[in-house]
Amino acid sequence: MTKIQNAVIGSVRTVIGWVPAGWLPGGSPDPLIERRAAIGRQASRLDGPLKVTGEARFAAEVAVDNLSYAALVHSPITRGRIMRLDTDAADAAPGVILVVTHRNMPRLGTLALIGMSDMSAIGNSDLPILQDAQVHYNGQVVAAVIAETQEQADHAVSLIMIDYTAEPAKTLFEEAKATARTPASVLIEKNHVTVGNAERELSRSAHIVDNVYRTPPHNHNAIELHTVTAMWEGDGLLVHDTTQMVAPSATALAKLFGLKREQVRVLSPFVGGGFGGKGMWDHQIVAVAVARMVGRPVRLTLSREGVYRIIGGRTPSEQRVAIGADAAGRFTALIHSGYSVMPPYGACPEQYTLGSRAIYDAKSFEFLQRHVDLDIVPNTFMRAPGEAIGTFAVESAVDEMAHAMGVDPIDMRMANIAERHPVSGAPFSQHALKQAFTDGAERFGWNRRVAEPGSRREGEWRIGIGCAAGSFPYARMPGANVRITLHGDGSATIACSAQEMGMGTATVQVQHAADRLGLPLEAIRFELGDSDLPASPMAGGSSQTASVAGAIIAAAEKLTGEMLRLAGNASPVAGLRAGEVRLTDGGIASIADPSRHDSFESILARAARDDMTVTAAGSMPLEMFKFAMHSTSAVFCELRVSDVTGEVRVDRLLGSFDCGTILNPKTAASQFRGGMIMGLGLALTEETLFDGRSGRIMNASLADYHIPTHLDVPQIDVMWTDIPDPRSPLGARGIGEIGITGVGAAVANAVFNATGKRVRDLPITLDKLLPD
Amino acid sequence: MTIKVNGQDFPPPDDARVSLLDLLREQLHLTGTKVGCNQGACGACTVLLDSRRVLSCLTLAVQADGRSVTTIEGLGTAEALHPLQAAFIEHDGFQCGYCTPGQICAATAMLEEVAAGMPSYLTVDLAADRITLSREEVQERMSGNLCRCGAHNGIIDAILDVAGEHRP
Ligand code: FES
Ligand code: FES
Repeated sequence: MTKIQNAVIGSVRTVIGWVPAGWLPGGSPDPLIERRAAIGRQASRLDGPLKVTGEARFAAEVAVDNLSYAALVHSPITRGRIMRLDTDAADAAPGVILVVTHRNMPRLGTLALIGMSDMSAIGNSDLPILQDAQVHYNGQVVAAVIAETQEQADHAVSLIMIDYTAEPAKTLFEEAKATARTPASVLIEKNHVTVGNAERELSRSAHIVDNVYRTPPHNHNAIELHTVTAMWEGDGLLVHDTTQMVAPSATALAKLFGLKREQVRVLSPFVGGGFGGKGMWDHQIVAVAVARMVGRPVRLTLSREGVYRIIGGRTPSEQRVAIGADAAGRFTALIHSGYSVMPPYGACPEQYTLGSRAIYDAKSFEFLQRHVDLDIVPNTFMRAPGEAIGTFAVESAVDEMAHAMGVDPIDMRMANIAERHPVSGAPFSQHALKQAFTDGAERFGWNRRVAEPGSRREGEWRIGIGCAAGSFPYARMPGANVRITLHGDGSATIACSAQEMGMGTATVQVQHAADRLGLPLEAIRFELGDSDLPASPMAGGSSQTASVAGAIIAAAEKLTGEMLRLAGNASPVAGLRAGEVRLTDGGIASIADPSRHDSFESILARAARDDMTVTAAGSMPLEMFKFAMHSTSAVFCELRVSDVTGEVRVDRLLGSFDCGTILNPKTAASQFRGGMIMGLGLALTEETLFDGRSGRIMNASLADYHIPTHLDVPQIDVMWTDIPDPRSPLGARGIGEIGITGVGAAVANAVFNATGKRVRDLPITLDKLLPD
Repeated sequence: MTIKVNGQDFPPPDDARVSLLDLLREQLHLTGTKVGCNQGACGACTVLLDSRRVLSCLTLAVQADGRSVTTIEGLGTAEALHPLQAAFIEHDGFQCGYCTPGQICAATAMLEEVAAGMPSYLTVDLAADRITLSREEVQERMSGNLCRCGAHNGIIDAILDVAGEHRP
């Protein structure tokens, strides 16, 4: 983002700051916060029976006539040019329909990079795809084969001969730091933020910790592979994809292929895990282009190795955190700066300093991120981008300060947790991080912790306890639309293009709509995952639930007005205005006199209507600019470290969350746990290994990239304050990414408590803990 | 010869390179069996071959010739769920649901392995003919099935529930 955008966002904030809260969305709390029946219930997933029986059809599972299969060739070099290309053997191989290289690929433009401004800007990279002989990173797609079967395509790929001339490539983080860029903004926030003179305050502080923390690259590793099936039907394009951005994908593909938006339909009813990785990458574009060339449907499923090669993950980072504290343990300075990778053709700035702006008060602050340019598969957003690794650095540093001062780490945090946003000064909409710590500490048994590191031992095992805080911003995205259809039998269908990747999108919104429309759960159907439905924003930033809920609120309001009009003079609710009624018991009732009630069924019947349909968009999310809105957490960990092998076994993990209303305790608990388990991987085992000489990923498989397995995962306790946020729809804030946030530091701090060893570079593998 | 899949006979594929996984998914359209890696690392493709669990991505279809394959579709239906399927829903043992068929097939075979007294790496007494199914035993025996959504707790709870060994 540019300086101009900084100024625009800044002035929006200023103006919204002057507007009375009552005028903004959330100005008066959502009435459903008080009056809920289905919301907050332990509902099982509506799609559960489909998923456990194998009937849920994921993207690669739609039966298609006359289907052909594609396979990709990835560059083994990092930078350079294709000099000689021999596809004769592949062309002649059995079953091969077409070999595509930059020579015969149709000329295409490039994608607009992901931005906050335009819903269809979803490119993770703006590099040309099969357009020329240039190679920009190791693993880049350089050719594709389309054949009658997958086996034939896979074999033909091995027959393609390519000679390259390699050019010097930037592959070493350490070297590239010297030419790092300093962007004006990180997402929609100003990058370099100073409050007071933090370096001077630091140097004058009674207590100082000042260290560098390192985190490695990570990959999302959704178990479902990236897969797309593209087919042209006349002038229209139908795409079965697995994507976190259904409607934006349709718009982006329409732009890229010069089509009208109505000509493109993207279907993605189920997504087998996303975590930020299931966006728009090269393979969808190759499949769409190639399907037109061969005049047949094409299915392109990446190999697991292919996922590593062309789907970017989380960038590595090197972060400096410096904290100064006075004699009483109050922070006088907080400095968080560092380096992460963002190639010029990439889109994700890994906002690791944003979380640290929102938790603690200090007399002075400095935040600054620098982007390192490497020739590398473009990194992207991965679960809690920024916060997941930023909290590792800051929350480790807070623990170091507590230890240095001989203060309990929770007391240290309690003394410094901010009451208003520490940098902007904006009031929190609702913020009970202190309560999350108190409640969590009690349930966890924090008082059993022995402050002196290395004091608890059982046989070969040393035992430690640690904690950390987490903070993740609330977001409600603009551009969420839904359609509500009320049927003659009193049931309703809610439709929008939203995505389901395991969050329980439909389940939770059906619960919501039941309460909003005054209908029983069974009377509501929810349709999603289809770009022909009213457009929803992408699933990202833990924003989908609030965004869709905001649109359902707007549509329900509209529906109320329409149904009142339709009810006519004979209705018990005749003469009432929208503000004087509520939807309840399958119809409309007067708030003042609930005995005045007219059912949807009879209103529609009297009007001789089969149904009533309304479509509406959610209000602009202005509450985000007026208030500081953050989900927060306190994470507690108990673990053992073996003296013999250095192995870490996590015995207990507890997450205490403050995320507003919890809409469905069952699915919410699963999301919290899921995030925390990914946090265990981040802490202990996960690392994408780049060969510094070649820039090639060395562990491009699930056997060599270690995600937590069943035996690694303890029973995880989760709890929440359940205090509604008065400014958000339903009083809820996001829960999808706060779970991973803070876990890395909680584990590292517990390791320190167990062993006295402070590990500042993730993952905490055995070699780092072997006895000296 | 034929391959019996969920009780029905099918001819083996013409192309000997076709894996059991691709036979099921691409030719028989039994897409309940999933693919997460195609190289034996994730367990998503687990099916039962003569009641034993196998990774169908590492099994050539022709190896199933004359044998009997049970996939998730053969275990239960939405109307008549297998006890493990019902328990997975009850304990929220999945999120995206992609690893789920593999987890359920693996759990089905795993419980039979336990009943047959087959020890695991955690089993202390190799001579005992009855295995006590502790939580860790189940975790160890299920560790070949990865789940990235992090539904591990619910999966193990569901299996313990069905095994009748669920202790709070
Ligand atoms: S697909 Fe067979 S083990 Fe992963
Ligand atoms: S439920 Fe998504 S991978 Fe297990």
